[in-house]
Amino acid sequence: MSEIKNAEKLVKILHSNCRLSLEQIATMADMSIAEAGAAIDQLEKDGVIVGYGAIVNWNKVPERKTVSAYIELKVTPQRHNGFNRLAERIYQYPQVKCLNLMSGSYDFGITVEGDNIKDISLFVSEHLAPMEAVLSTSTHFVLKTYKEGGVVFETENEDDREVMSL
Amino acid sequence: MSFNPELLLGRAVTNIPPSGIRKFFDIAAEMDDVISLGVGEPDFVTPWHIRDEGVYSLEKGHTHYTSNKGLMELREEISKYLKRRFNLSYDAATQSIVTVGGSEAIDIFLRTVIEPGDEVLIPEPSFVCYKPITQLTGGKAVPLLTRAEDNFKLTADVLKAAITPKTKVLVLPYPNNPTGAIMTRSDLEKIAEVLRDTNILVLSDEIYSELTYGMKHVSIAELDGMYERTVLVSGFSKAYAMTGWRLGYACGHPSLITQMTKIHQYAIMSAPTTAQYAAIEALRNGDNDIEVMREEYDNRRKIIVKGFNDMGLDCFEPQGAFYAFPSIKSTGLSSNDFCEKLLYDMKVAVIPGNAFGDCGEGHIRCSYAYSLNSINEALNRIESFIKKIQ
Repeated sequence: MSEIKNAEKLVKILHSNCRLSLEQIATMADMSIAEAGAAIDQLEKDGVIVGYGAIVNWNKVPERKTVSAYIELKVTPQRHNGFNRLAERIYQYPQVKCLNLMSGSYDFGITVEGDNIKDISLFVSEHLAPMEAVLSTSTHFVLKTYKEGGVVFETENEDDREVMSL
Repeated sequence: MSFNPELLLGRAVTNIPPSGIRKFFDIAAEMDDVISLGVGEPDFVTPWHIRDEGVYSLEKGHTHYTSNKGLMELREEISKYLKRRFNLSYDAATQSIVTVGGSEAIDIFLRTVIEPGDEVLIPEPSFVCYKPITQLTGGKAVPLLTRAEDNFKLTADVLKAAITPKTKVLVLPYPNNPTGAIMTRSDLEKIAEVLRDTNILVLSDEIYSELTYGMKHVSIAELDGMYERTVLVSGFSKAYAMTGWRLGYACGHPSLITQMTKIHQYAIMSAPTTAQYAAIEALRNGDNDIEVMREEYDNRRKIIVKGFNDMGLDCFEPQGAFYAFPSIKSTGLSSNDFCEKLLYDMKVAVIPGNAFGDCGEGHIRCSYAYSLNSINEALNRIESFIKKIQ
């Protein structure tokens, strides 16, 4: 990553707002448009930037009836492969939106999504829990999201700065 | 005969013209969908850990006055901060006073040193308070004109030409509101050279010292022979987005601070206690907050400067504060006409440059302490306006 010019700056800009125009990104990074474009392409090829998406407050999309849960998973690491082989098996499921190996009292932290509570319960009982290495699961359903990706969802956003002489 | 207090008003006050900026805000306030680049304060909310310390101080019952000069703990942190960030050494007990914003520090300093007839040299364009405060003390405000060709820096020649036997104070308002100009070490050396053999004091207003882009701020107090004559004024408003807490400070020679404290103790008593506790936290653990905000301002700065230049409004690259100061001379309009028409036609509020001194004529001040979306929308509207009037 360090070989790409302004890599950290570009990644920070895109991470905070990936809808900026290439011209604006280039201006912020003190680069030409061509340079910035090439650098971003390279960051994608190198797998530094692995995707782009919006941060959505799903509470405000009434058609969407999705439930999400956070699952704590305790497992037995496998010989030669440690946790990685198991992680590969878990993240293949489309229901799994986020998978982290954790320090502390459990091993994997998994965020899953489903159409309803039953959906997620079935996923846990039929797919996760029966895996050979899994020792226990603990499922916590999300009731409300207040903040995600550094963005507070429901906030008084208006500019309340009052008129000053200067 | 009915009693008319108007006849009893002091002329020193009534002679001060009303702020030229308010007019635009008053018009703007009546309109819908106005995009403003007018406000001169951070759009960020004070970082939570700082607010939390303020709240905690209330929970602990710290609701009394502090000592006149401010909490000793805060003054010690100010000393450490100035050493850490700007290589300046001030004794917390005798060389600093905590004030109600940098503005109060400016006021009490000028009142401490100015006698009727004394001249105060004020680079323009600049923040609007120096001249009226000077006049209230009976002093004479002498403008030092800075020019776009000099990147709005104060030059030694301009300074030299303005010095008379009555000159008492040079105000050094850098990084500058409204131009965004800064003074580098070598720029300051030339000013220091002129001042060395004089009895002129320096009021160095460094409220924007944390907001410089591409290079670190240098205080004139750091240069040879300047420390004793300089009173450094700064505060928490711009660096830590703490405008509403109203907290600033002045540092300088003990004899100046002692006299300034007299005015402060009779007019103010002490700066707000809650704000002082929050400020301790800001100085101890807020360096990273400054960096995050500075980087965000820098991104916006580049966008707004390029935006103005691309649409044909010549814009000098501001290296400090959070203002762009493009020239609108190519439109043939005066600053006032430009701002008024822009507001009525395109609903964009910016500030006419002449509000900051006559030599600001032909410019507008645009704050980039706004979201990128607001800046982009304002730039689009200003560009349409330029095309329309050409």
